[in-house]
Amino acid sequence: MVQFSDARLDASFAALSDATRRGVLERLGRADASISDLAEAFHMTLTGMRKHVGVLEQADLVTTRKVGRVRTCTLGPRRLEDETAWIEQQRRLWDKRFEELERIVNEQRKEQIDERTNGA
Amino acid sequence: MERTSERELVVTRTIDGPPHIVFDAWTKPELLKRWWVPRSVPITLLSVEMDVRVGGTYRLVFQVDSTTTMAFFGRYLEVSPPSRLVWTNEEEGDAVVTTVTFDEDEGRTRLIVHDLYPSKEALDRAIASESIPGWTEMFDQLDELLFEPDAASAG
Repeated sequence: MVQFSDARLDASFAALSDATRRGVLERLGRADASISDLAEAFHMTLTGMRKHVGVLEQADLVTTRKVGRVRTCTLGPRRLEDETAWIEQQRRLWDKRFEELERIVNEQRKEQIDERTNGA
Repeated sequence: MERTSERELVVTRTIDGPPHIVFDAWTKPELLKRWWVPRSVPITLLSVEMDVRVGGTYRLVFQVDSTTTMAFFGRYLEVSPPSRLVWTNEEEGDAVVTTVTFDEDEGRTRLIVHDLYPSKEALDRAIASESIPGWTEMFDQLDELLFEPDAASAG
């Protein structure tokens, strides 16, 4: 199971408490973008945008990589982690569900055998 | 469970029993009612209506907490006892299509439950649980229960 530590949650909440940063995440959800693209889109200086992206990076909500002179931002591993956690929860629900299903199937099978035995 | 593509989720399991009995458990409301919501999950299945034939509809209503009920509904696209069952899940608008296959394997049944989402975005959304907030809470409760041995063994 994925455990979110308090520190991680604090970093996430801090990162998400700002409207610009939420806007950046929303935009990156549509397509990767460079810091200068983002700065332009949000009418900010490069330095200001770098700071916002830094906060998002700290919370694993965004990752950046530098190619040549351009730093490109993409949504971070956090999303993948959420998916893993969700799938793990679903898997556990199905495990439980299948256990109950098997119980019912066993019971039905016994009933059918009994009926056959009694009918004979 | 696995995400096998951008739009698909698959879960498999072998059940000790022949396909015709396992198929019954998926298609007879009085049986489905008894296993669909595991006893350790704090949700009540209030009603099950199933008209199991091609084009027939189903509707499951759950009591999620003291003030909230949720309905899941759709229609059957394919009903081939005892080997294949296909239905739509229409509560979210664009339908998710669920296909369940029942393969006989020496008196046991190999089950494959396959969900096909209309788009990558629809599956991403389901995962993010934005469109179905109730589930987040449900899974939190499920987690608590599954990881508390006392609570999980009760009932």
